[in-house]
Amino acid sequence: METKLVRLDGRKFDETRPIVAEVGVLKNADGSAMFKLGNTTAIAGVFGPRKVYPKHEEEAERAILRTKYNMAPFATSERNRPGTNRRSTEISLVTRQALMPLIFLDEFPKTAIDVHIEVLQADASTRCVGINAAVLALADAGVPMKDLVASCSAGKVGDAVVLDIAGKEDTEGELDLPVAYYPRKKHVTLLQMDGITDGKEVKEIIKLAIKGCEKIYEEQKSALRNKYKLEEAY
Amino acid sequence: MIEIDSLLVRQVIENGKRVDGRSLDSYREIVIETDVVTSAEGSARVRLGDTVVLAGVKVDVGTPFADTPDEGVLMVGVEFVPLANPDFESGPPREEAIEVARVVDRAIRESKSIDTKKLCITPKEKVWMVYVDVDILDDHGNLIDATSLAALAALRSTKMPVLNEDGRVDHEKKGTEPLPIKGNPLCTTFVKIGDQIAVDPSLSETRAMDARLTVGTFEQDGHVKLCSMQKGGPIGLAVEEVEKIIHMAEQKGAELRKLLK
Repeated sequence: METKLVRLDGRKFDETRPIVAEVGVLKNADGSAMFKLGNTTAIAGVFGPRKVYPKHEEEAERAILRTKYNMAPFATSERNRPGTNRRSTEISLVTRQALMPLIFLDEFPKTAIDVHIEVLQADASTRCVGINAAVLALADAGVPMKDLVASCSAGKVGDAVVLDIAGKEDTEGELDLPVAYYPRKKHVTLLQMDGITDGKEVKEIIKLAIKGCEKIYEEQKSALRNKYKLEEAY
Repeated sequence: MIEIDSLLVRQVIENGKRVDGRSLDSYREIVIETDVVTSAEGSARVRLGDTVVLAGVKVDVGTPFADTPDEGVLMVGVEFVPLANPDFESGPPREEAIEVARVVDRAIRESKSIDTKKLCITPKEKVWMVYVDVDILDDHGNLIDATSLAALAALRSTKMPVLNEDGRVDHEKKGTEPLPIKGNPLCTTFVKIGDQIAVDPSLSETRAMDARLTVGTFEQDGHVKLCSMQKGGPIGLAVEEVEKIIHMAEQKGAELRKLLK
C-alpha cells in the first residue's frame, strides 16, 4: 500500500515554501531587495562602501561590514517590542559572518558597508530570509562578491526530516537547523541548530538544508537577472 | 603583535602542532570547583588552561511566561568583566558576550536537561526562575566551553531555596533539594585554521582562526546526542569539515562529562 507523505501545509518533505525575490525595491539605499519565503518577508538595504563613523571603527586594510537585523513590532502575532534584544544582536552577528566570506572587503580600505535587514512578516526562518534579501541588496549595490550566498533551514517534525519548517512545524517541531551556503566554494557560512538529534541524522538534515539553499540560489540569480536584464537590441 | 602571533599559530598548526604543545584534539587542563560563592544557590569556578570563569546560580520566585504557564524559567547571562581582557569594556554586554550566553543557554535548554515543568510552583502564577550568571575573569580563549562547563557545574551544585509563609524566598534558610537536572549538556568548540581542525582554541588561536564551530552534546540513555550548534568566524566550512567536527564533538563531549562525575 502506498502512503502519501505530506506536511501540515501540503508540502512534500523536501519542498520549500513559495519563493518571491525582488531586487531594487528602495530608492534611497545604494542597493536593496525584498525576499519572501511563504509568509516570512524581509527587506534589506545596503549603504556603502562609505566613510566610517564613528571614526575609530575604521580599518586601514579593509572595509568593515556592519549588519543589523531588526524585526518590525507587527511582524509577529503578538506584538514584539521594538528595539534590539539578545536575539536580534545574535542574529545580526551570525548574519555578518554568513555574508563576510563572500565580500571583497580588502578592496575598500577605510570604509564601511552597512547592511540593514528589516523583517516585515515572521513565520519561521527569518534569519535565512534576511540573509537572502541582504545578499541580493549587496549585489544590487554593486559590492563585488565571490558568489551569492543562499540560506535555508531544515528541521525535524516528529521523526520526519523536513525542509524549510514553517508555522506549527516551527512552534511544535523538534529541531531547527538554519544554513547559509555558497555553491561556488561549497562552503557553509551560517550553521546553527537547536533541538535533539544524533551524529547520523544531523548529516541528513544538513544535506537537506543545503538542497534548499541551492534552490534559493537559483531564485536569487533569476531575481538579479530580472532587474539587470539587457535591453533587447534595437 | 597580534598579526605576528597569528602568523606563527598558522605556521605551527600546518604541521599538525600547536604553539602551546598540545595535540589538535586535546583540551587544556580543566579544573572545576563547586560551591565557591556562599551567597549563591549554586556556583562553580572553572579554569580551562589560563581562562577563568565563575558561574553563580540565583533562584527566585516569579511569574511564568504567558505561552508556558506551567513551566519555570532558565536564563543564562554572561558578563565580560573588564579585568579579564584589555579589550573588554564596561557597559552593556557586547555581541560576543551575548553570543556566548545564548550558545550556552541553547545547549542546556534544547537538551531538555532541566525539566522546566518541575520548576512550576502554581500554574499561571508562580514558578521558579533560575538565573545562571557567568563572570569571565581571565580570558585566554574558548569562553564558550569554559562558560558551558561552569554553568552546568553550578546548576548541578544548586540547592533550591526555601519559601517562607508569604511564598517568598527565605534567605535565612539554606535549601537542601537539588535542582532537577540530567544529561549533562555541554558545548565543545573547534576552530579551523588553514586545513587543520583543533579543539579548545587558545586566545591566539581564536585570533588566527578561519572558522569556529560549537557543538552541544548530552547523554541520553547511554547514548551521545546533539542538541545545538553554532558556527562563527570569518570564513566558511566545508560540509566534510562540519561532519568531522561533529564526530569529534561526540567524543570530546563524553570526555568532558567524565570530569563532572
